[in-house]
Amino acid sequence: MYPTTLKYTKDHEWIDLSGATGKIGITDYAQKQLGDVVYIELPKIGTKLTQGQSFGTIESVKAVSELYAPVSGEVVEVNDALKSKPEQVNTDPHGSWLIAVKLSNAGEAAGLLDASQYDQLVQ
Amino acid sequence: MVEFAGWEMPVEYSGITQEHLAVRSAAGLFDVSHMGEIEIAGKDAPAAVQSIFCNDASTLQAGQAQYSAILTDEGTFVDDVVVYRLRSDHFLVVVNASNIVKDYNWIAERLGAFGDAVAMDATSRYALLAVQGPAAAGIVQPLTGVDLGSLERYSFAHGEFANVRGTISRTGYTGEDGFEIFVPPQQADRVWQSLLASGEPAGLIPCGLGARDTLRLEAGMRLYGNDIDETTTVFEAGLAWMLAPSRRTQTQPLTRKLVGFELVEPGIARRGYDVFVDGAPAGKVTSGTQTPTVKKSIGMTYLPIASASPGSGLDVDLRGRRARARVVKLPFYKR
Repeated sequence: MYPTTLKYTKDHEWIDLSGATGKIGITDYAQKQLGDVVYIELPKIGTKLTQGQSFGTIESVKAVSELYAPVSGEVVEVNDALKSKPEQVNTDPHGSWLIAVKLSNAGEAAGLLDASQYDQLVQ
Repeated sequence: MVEFAGWEMPVEYSGITQEHLAVRSAAGLFDVSHMGEIEIAGKDAPAAVQSIFCNDASTLQAGQAQYSAILTDEGTFVDDVVVYRLRSDHFLVVVNASNIVKDYNWIAERLGAFGDAVAMDATSRYALLAVQGPAAAGIVQPLTGVDLGSLERYSFAHGEFANVRGTISRTGYTGEDGFEIFVPPQQADRVWQSLLASGEPAGLIPCGLGARDTLRLEAGMRLYGNDIDETTTVFEAGLAWMLAPSRRTQTQPLTRKLVGFELVEPGIARRGYDVFVDGAPAGKVTSGTQTPTVKKSIGMTYLPIASASPGSGLDVDLRGRRARARVVKLPFYKR
């Protein structure tokens, strides 16, 4: 059920890599754990991220959770449409990207999980 | 599932928002069997209840209930409760799950002075199911011979529910019309299933602790352990209306009071976050959430009297970011 076109982290983010940039979101497992997402706080364009570092928060009615960068790089796009419709993360988690990042170290992507590894992790 | 006062309880079934909205628009079914039940009986029980609980129990007829509290000598909360008068000399007190032992001991210690009055922790004898929402009466009525139309708010009656003997009261913790049904634990599942089946066409869904919390907060209802406890007085909590008239005299001037607030900047104020007035620490958020009905971030906190009027400004520290908020009148939602 986890798209094979995406790479995953143990912190339940996914990244959709396309050349030197990647769009980042949270997984179906993560949205189920959170429940109804009602608020997302995202970084500004130009923010420099380090792999594993928090780049924002996502809040459901019951909990607040940090978002962790799957790779290092610079934020080049922010999905502002999600601010008014955060529930899209619940209805379409793998289609709702939060930010796009220009990778500063392409090698980091090799260490991410593929769909079957991630599926095993959350079984 | 989460551990809550020794019970394994679901935070949500289908999702807090969906459950919350179902209760506001149709109906929700809650298993609140974790609540404690303490019975007080005997010839001198009326005098004991009148003395131990702060509301005026002498106004209660058999078949009526009232919101009340056990207060310390300082007027702070040992617990907030609902007192049911089963018969002239027999009361049932519904108490918070986390306070059952503390309340029972408090009551037992004081009963000695009243002659013929005994207390029993009857928690294990009752399961408690709540049907809440505008469709509640239509859902419960087909399952019982009790005429719900004549059952006023905060009154109760005995009868059968899905062929199970029990007691039904028109009470709840959601800000909606609704009922709470006391049945023997052994038959609770049958009543639960019957209520679900009866209510499904009307939109009834099972609801967990999460929706119970967002619903009560929106309705401005205080939660013991969050908004009221042994450090907050009945006056500060804005609950002096429940005091028997003879107890309403305030001996200390009020320096702070519980207020409702809503954020005017994005974010969610959660319990425990620091509150500031004019940059100075003013306390902590006692309850907070994003309300599913009006999609606002709301909460409650104690503020100094001078800053506690509706419209007054405050800031809430959202994990390092200060967000503006303003005091609003409670409740946030009224049916």
